[in-house]
Order: sequence, then structure tokens, then C-alpha cells
Amino acid sequence: MRITVLLFARLRDIAGTAKLERNLPNGSTTRSLWNTLVQDFPDFDSYSEAISTAINEEYARMDSELSDGDEVAFLPPVSGG
Amino acid sequence: MSVLAFVVTTDPLDLSTIMVHVENQLKEAPASAGAVASFIGTVRNENQGHQVDHLEYEAYEPLAVKAFQRIADESAQLWPDTYLAIHHRIGHLNVGEVSVAIAAASPHRANAFSSCRYAIERVKQIAPVWKHEYFEGGDVWIEGATASPDDEEARQTAIRLACV
Repeated sequence: MRITVLLFARLRDIAGTAKLERNLPNGSTTRSLWNTLVQDFPDFDSYSEAISTAINEEYARMDSELSDGDEVAFLPPVSGG
Repeated sequence: MSVLAFVVTTDPLDLSTIMVHVENQLKEAPASAGAVASFIGTVRNENQGHQVDHLEYEAYEPLAVKAFQRIADESAQLWPDTYLAIHHRIGHLNVGEVSVAIAAASPHRANAFSSCRYAIERVKQIAPVWKHEYFEGGDVWIEGATASPDDEEARQTAIRLACV
């Protein structure tokens, strides 16, 4: 299935792009998607314990199951205000 | 011109318009207006020993707007008669400029203050907004809280701070 990934802040800087696409097997979760990104961008690994996520513009969990066409955002620790 | 309660924008923020907005919301409710509390956050000139030159704010805009709505819903559960507006600026901000503006209206001042304080604490905990700090000799992404809206411990901390 086809998944769109959105990256923000330092994650975007590390990857060199704000948006990328991934093909994943059915039954994949946000965590397994994240793990494929860590393989491509080893510096992502320092965020593995602190990362949060959203699916289709709604907060989600790292164990959420993905569906074809989902847009998944990975959110490094936030610093608004 | 109608004002939206929950906004992410590159434009300078105007506190007075959002204060009027929440006051008007309260007037439409059964209770009449009694108190409006407000908060603005501005860019500090110093952070962790750095002399700050400017900040670049970034947001995941659609989720940030939903986060502000969620914070207002949480506030309405805690203080049923309060109305919130939350505006956050993104893009290039110089030292002293307003990055966030919050207004809370309530028939009673205690609830207006509590709601306003709760809102800024929750913005800092869960809103998908990031600041990139530029200082003399470098730059750094500021990374604070893991954005986890269902983290009840964090929410209780915000409630505690709001009720001091």
C-alpha cells in the first residue's frame, strides 16, 4: 500500500525533504513505517522514544494500523508558545 | 469581519480582536460577560545562554488548529462557562514580537484566568508547533514535549498550574 509521509522541523532537515512516499505491506503500523525511515535516515533513531504521530490530520498512536493512501505525519517534540 | 477562534498565521497577532471575539461568544451564551483574561507570548532575547537573533516558527497547520479546538473543548469540560481563542504565529519572528495570543472569557474572573493559563500550558504540551532558534554563531531546533494529547499525567499538570 502507498503511504505519504510528512516530516517537520529537524526531521525534515535530516531527511532533506518535507514529504516522501513509501510502499508498505498490508498490516503495517506507524511504528513499522517509522522503522523503515530510521533505516534510511539513521539520525532519526535518536527520536524513536520521543516521536509522536498523526494520520490524516488527526493525532494517532505509534501502533495504529495504516491503510492505503494514508498521510502520516511524524512530530518531533514540540516547542510552540 | 468575522474572527476565527483558532488560527495559525504568518501575520502579526492582534490580541484586542480575539478578546472581543471571546467576549462576544460569551454574550451569545445564557451567561453575560463578566471577565476576559488574556496572555501573549513574545520572543525572548536570551535562551539557554544564547543571545537570540530571531526565531523561525513552523507548524503542522491543520493539526495545530485542531489541537487548539481540542484544548478549548478540554477547558470547557473543566470550566463550563469559559470561551477560548488561541492564535499562533509562524514564520520569521524577531525578538519582542508576539508568537502566541490567547483570550479566555468567563462570567467569573477565576475561571477566565484558569482557562487562559490551562490553554498556554496545553499549547506547549501538544500543539504541533516548533521553533528554530537563530543566534550568534549558530542555530538550533528547540525540542520540548512529546506531543501526546492522551497523556493524562501531562494534562493533570496543566490543570494544576491553571488552578494555582
